[in-house]
Amino acid sequence: MYDIAIVGAGPAGLTAGIYAVRANKKVIVFEALTAGGQIINTSHIDNYPVAPHITGLEFGQTLEKQAKDLDVEIEYSEVTHIVKENNRFMIRTEDETYFSRAVIIASGTSPRKLGLENEDVFVGKGISYCATCDGAFYKGKTVAVNGGGNSALHEALYLSDIAAKVYLIHRRNEFRASDNLVDKVKAKDNIELVLESSIIELLGDGHLQGIKTDTGREIELDGLFVSIGRTPNTKNLIDGLELVEGDYAKANEDCHTNIPGVFVAGDVRSKELRQLVTATSDGAIAATEAVNYLKEVQ
Amino acid sequence: MIIINGTNDNFQKEVLESELPVLVDFNATWCPPCQALHPILEEIANEGGDFKIVAVDIDDEEELAEKFNISSIPCLILFNDGVEVDRKIGLQPKKRLQKMLGVK
Repeated sequence: MYDIAIVGAGPAGLTAGIYAVRANKKVIVFEALTAGGQIINTSHIDNYPVAPHITGLEFGQTLEKQAKDLDVEIEYSEVTHIVKENNRFMIRTEDETYFSRAVIIASGTSPRKLGLENEDVFVGKGISYCATCDGAFYKGKTVAVNGGGNSALHEALYLSDIAAKVYLIHRRNEFRASDNLVDKVKAKDNIELVLESSIIELLGDGHLQGIKTDTGREIELDGLFVSIGRTPNTKNLIDGLELVEGDYAKANEDCHTNIPGVFVAGDVRSKELRQLVTATSDGAIAATEAVNYLKEVQ
Repeated sequence: MIIINGTNDNFQKEVLESELPVLVDFNATWCPPCQALHPILEEIANEGGDFKIVAVDIDDEEELAEKFNISSIPCLILFNDGVEVDRKIGLQPKKRLQKMLGVK
C-alpha cells in the first residue's frame, strides 16, 4: 500500500513526488511515456529560474534523476483507471493493480486531434502533431498547418523554411496568435492563408495526399500538421471527478478536487497560466495537501 | 546486448536475414522523443532476450528511411524473418515495447 500515487512524471508529478518522499511518505509515480512529459519537446527553456537555456529533454532527465536519487519510485506504465473504495484507491495499469491512500493527478495534456474518421490511419503517413519532430521529412514539399494559435503560427513559420509551400488553415478569419507572429506569417511568400475553413476530409491511399475543407476546396499536400490546441488527460481516469469546460480537472490553487484524497497538479488542472514554474508549484502544493489529508484520515 | 548501429550496408545482414526478431529504431539526433526513447531501448537491450535492437539514424541513412517510408520519428519497426510485422510511431512506454518483443 502506497501513501500517495501520482499519475504522470512531468514537472508537476515529479515535484509532487520529491515533496512527498521528503515528508517521509511512500510514493509511486506512474508514467506512460517518458519522464519530463511535454517539456521534452521544447528545444530551449529560457523562463525557468536558475536554469537558463536548458533543453527540455535535459530538464526532464535532470528532474527524473533528482527524484530517483531521493527514492521516488517511478513505474513506467500507463494508468488506465482509478477506483476509490472507502478511503483507499485502486490504481489499475495495463498489467497490474496498485493501492494507495491518496492520489495526485498530474497527467498533463495531449495534442488535440481533428476527430476525422481516418485520422489515425494517416498518423506517421502524412499527419503529424509535432512540426519540430517531423518537419525535416518535408523538405521541398507541400504541407499544411491547421490551427490559429501561437503554436500553429510558430509551426507554420518553422515549416516555411523547410517546405516549398505551407498552407495555414484556420476556421476563423483572424488569428488568436500574437500580432507579431501574424505579421511574420503574412510576410512569408510561401505561406498561403486558408481562412474560415475547417478540414472535413482526409484524402489519400496509404499516405495522405490531400484534404478537403468545408468550403469545398481540395488541397493537394504531402503533410498536415495539426496544431489545434491540447486536451487534458482526464478521460475515464477516475469516476466522479469534476471537470470544467475543456475537460480540465476542477481545482483552485490548493489543488483539491471534488473527491477527498484526490489532488490535481500541473497542466491538467483548471487554471490560467500553464507553465513549467506553475506546474512545479502545483506539485509542491498538491503533495503538501495530500500529506495533510493523510494526517486527517489516519 | 548492444544496440547495433544500422546502416545501408549492414541492414540486409543484421535485420532482414536475422534469425531473431529485430526491433529497428529510426531516429535522429535533433528529435527529443527519439533521445528520450534511447535509454529505454538501452534498458531493454541490457535486460536481454531473444531479439536484437538496431538503431538507424535517418540523417546518416536517408536511403533506409526512404525505403521504409519513414515520415515521423521515433518510428519503431519490428521485423520477423525479414518481414515487417509491427510498426509504432512516437515514444512508447517500456512495457509496450517489451510486449512487442514478447518479453515479460
